[in-house]
Amino acid sequence: MEFVLLIFLPIVAALFIPFLFRKIKGIHTGWFVLLVPVVLFIYYTTFIKTTMEGGHAISELQWIPTLGISFVSYLDGLSILFSLLITGIGALVVLYSIFYLNRNKEKLGNFYVYLLLFMSAMLGVVQSDNVISLYLFWELTSISSFLLIGYWFTRDGSRFGALKSMMVTVFGGLMMLGGFILLGIMGGTFSIRELIAGSSSFAGHEFFTLALVLILLGAFTKSAQFPFYIWLPDAMEAPTPVSAYLHSATMVKAGLYLVARFTPIFAVSEVWIWLVTGIGLLTLFWGSLFAVKQTDLKAILAFSTVSQLGLIMSLLGAGAITFHVDEALFSFAMFAAIFHLINHATFKGSLFMIAGIVDHETGTRDIRKLGGLMSIMPVSFTVAFIGSMSMAGLPPFNGFLSKEMFLQSMLAIRHFELFNFATWGIIFPVVAWVASVFTFIYSFYFVFRTFTGKRKVGKLPLEPHEAPVGMLISPVILAMLVVGIFFIPNVVGKWLVKPAVMAIQPYQYSHPSEVDVHVSAWHGFASVELWMTAGIILIGGLLYLSLSKWQKFYRIQPESLSLNGLYDATMTFSEKGMNRISRLYMTGLIRTYLLYIFAFFSITTIAMLFLQDAFVVDMSSFSKINAYGLINAVILLLAVAFVLLSKTRLGAIISLGAVGYSVALFFVIFKAPDLALTQLVIETVSVALFLLAFQRLPKLSDHGETKSNKLVNAIIALGVGLTVTLVALSSHSQKLVASISQYYKDTVETEAGGGNIVNVILVDYRGFDTLFEIAVLAIAGIGVLGMIKLRLARKESSDENK
Amino acid sequence: MKTNDVILQTTTKVVFFIIFLFSIHIFFAGHYTPGGGFVGGLLTTGAIVLLLLAFDLKTVQKALPFNFTIMTAIGLLLALGTAAGSIFFNVPFFTHAFDDFTLPLFGVTSLHTAMVFDAGVFLVVVGAAITIIQSIGGDS
Repeated sequence: MEFVLLIFLPIVAALFIPFLFRKIKGIHTGWFVLLVPVVLFIYYTTFIKTTMEGGHAISELQWIPTLGISFVSYLDGLSILFSLLITGIGALVVLYSIFYLNRNKEKLGNFYVYLLLFMSAMLGVVQSDNVISLYLFWELTSISSFLLIGYWFTRDGSRFGALKSMMVTVFGGLMMLGGFILLGIMGGTFSIRELIAGSSSFAGHEFFTLALVLILLGAFTKSAQFPFYIWLPDAMEAPTPVSAYLHSATMVKAGLYLVARFTPIFAVSEVWIWLVTGIGLLTLFWGSLFAVKQTDLKAILAFSTVSQLGLIMSLLGAGAITFHVDEALFSFAMFAAIFHLINHATFKGSLFMIAGIVDHETGTRDIRKLGGLMSIMPVSFTVAFIGSMSMAGLPPFNGFLSKEMFLQSMLAIRHFELFNFATWGIIFPVVAWVASVFTFIYSFYFVFRTFTGKRKVGKLPLEPHEAPVGMLISPVILAMLVVGIFFIPNVVGKWLVKPAVMAIQPYQYSHPSEVDVHVSAWHGFASVELWMTAGIILIGGLLYLSLSKWQKFYRIQPESLSLNGLYDATMTFSEKGMNRISRLYMTGLIRTYLLYIFAFFSITTIAMLFLQDAFVVDMSSFSKINAYGLINAVILLLAVAFVLLSKTRLGAIISLGAVGYSVALFFVIFKAPDLALTQLVIETVSVALFLLAFQRLPKLSDHGETKSNKLVNAIIALGVGLTVTLVALSSHSQKLVASISQYYKDTVETEAGGGNIVNVILVDYRGFDTLFEIAVLAIAGIGVLGMIKLRLARKESSDENK
Repeated sequence: MKTNDVILQTTTKVVFFIIFLFSIHIFFAGHYTPGGGFVGGLLTTGAIVLLLLAFDLKTVQKALPFNFTIMTAIGLLLALGTAAGSIFFNVPFFTHAFDDFTLPLFGVTSLHTAMVFDAGVFLVVVGAAITIIQSIGGDS
């Protein structure tokens, strides 16, 4: 089967969702949607057998073959891992959303269409082998994320958050496209596989570092790395299932995927290793530091997601070291990155769902109002506890294993001798340790401030109670995975992680079994990581207990000096600045705009005419002047003079009609019956139209124009007349290209089966022109109708916040 | 001021049909002699404009109870459909076909898909022009 088509399955399913939502009222639309990720998940699991053996599968769909652009689904260990995450978490999230979103109150049709759109886009990102189609899907994830964040579009915050995420991620996406094009220029292909195969040939190219930075910008904006993370906390305005799915488990990991996918190409570069590791570690530290400041449950999770993404990013950077040094010491990093990516999806997904449940059942997410929910919501508490402890890096949860491996990898960086790492390497484990302490604090902060302590009766909008069973299924499944993975890490490693690691480091491994990493919970008392973890628990515990004493220090930072302040200032500045520039020339008077148009038209045309030396007059090809023509010309000139001199508008309109009719007479004199006929009728209809609009126009005398205005108008009018005359003369005399009329004469009978060339040109030879002309005509008609008929309706302006 | 327009109204009642029939003729003749959908459409528009001048907007709407916006849409669909139809015969977009047929009453007649396209043009021209006139004229 051509499994590339399966990428589009969710989009195709999305076409039916609005109908199902409208027609079948009794069943929650989510149940139909649920089928899609479940089917895809089961299908993709069949590939694990192939990827475990280091194999891959390809399926191709041509799109624009002449430009080398196609949809290629390339399934190797890395793609399969992500595809399983997308469909697996997707299925759980859809199940959760069925109980989260009320089918009678919410616009489920919209919601699930966006969600399925996202699913297709995300599958496309992780399976595309062609960078151009990768980019297409990449932007589609941004768009569907925009739609989902703005799902409750009547809220100010939703719209603001949606726009912010769009601005940041699309900016990054465009940068990334630039990087892809540079890669295409350097490697001569858009296929990632071919680029990887030929990467050694262009590693020293002058564009190489530029392409690297551009692609990293794409990855960093998408994966919310410092300083671009600011969009993620605002994206929390989305419904919680969306936060759990897009903004923790899948979409924000697209940047990680991109970095992993391009590691074989860029790992050779010093800039790559420094940037990915450094920015990742900085993000880890920054995110964990500010997570403790937050008071909204979802905001805590958002910052913790930022921080955890930074952790994985830094591991990917550290993993690239293996490109330079083939030592067992460094081979942990890439394994740890992928392993933690899976772990993070499980524990963070469950935590988000719990945050949603708390919000749903108590009516607030403000941690200052919450407390003591443990006895009321025991299942939710258990799940939250498991997730948080895993996040804090404690046994017996999967987060402990990957956290240990992370510390181990950061310690190993000290032993890397290239690129100044020998001098600066010590910073990495220190920052990692400090960040882990804060991670420990916010994990405790999240779970214990919500579920233990005294209940603040009266502060909660709703009477709290445990969530319905259906809503708990998904978080419980994820929590079971959190515990389960702790006990079978090497099975997960063999099935999913090692094939992915092999896909990222093809220069080092040719079979997944060569990845020589064995995960164990106990490394013995001599291991540094163990003592680091002990230190984290000790210091973190002390700091958590004294949290109320030092949390207020966060308030020292003024809001205007934060990155959010910078974003806001940029947005306001560009909006106001653009407004001011527009107002310089947009006066709101059609008169002024016509002046611009005509002036521009005549200046550019005349300039081109003489720059290109295109002006020719060939007197010999002119027709002879006869008496009728002469008389008609005099009438024409008189009519034009009347238009200019007329004191009333009615007179001007009638004179203008006379101008048109005398032009029609010229067509008669020069034997062009089709043109004459059309001109006559057009003139009649347009005079009638003029008369219709006549009564609405301002009085002729009341233009408020000065002498100099009139002079400018006269100059421009003369300029336009001159331009048209010169162009008409030149186009008549210029014979650079042989006339096409002979071809028409020869073929009008045989090819088109007609007799009247003019009409055959309209409907056949140049049918495209006519088609577009009537389309424009129809649009103009609807435009006029809209402007006049809808004007009344618009007055009862509707508030967008309602 | 009330004007006496009996002569205009009486003449219009006859002239309208002459112009309209002429426009139909010109539309069909277009492929061989001067004319075509565009001019034909404009002529019909002219005839309706004449009606509008002689009578008022409401009377004309009652006499010609068409929705001209929908007429525009139908015309556009017809034109686009003719152009796109060729795809199904595995020839490039906008390839026209024609042949001679023997029809009762008319004898041997040459039929073109181009004429269907032209009919679309006709409808769009009439529909769009009258839509504009009606909406501007009907707005008080």
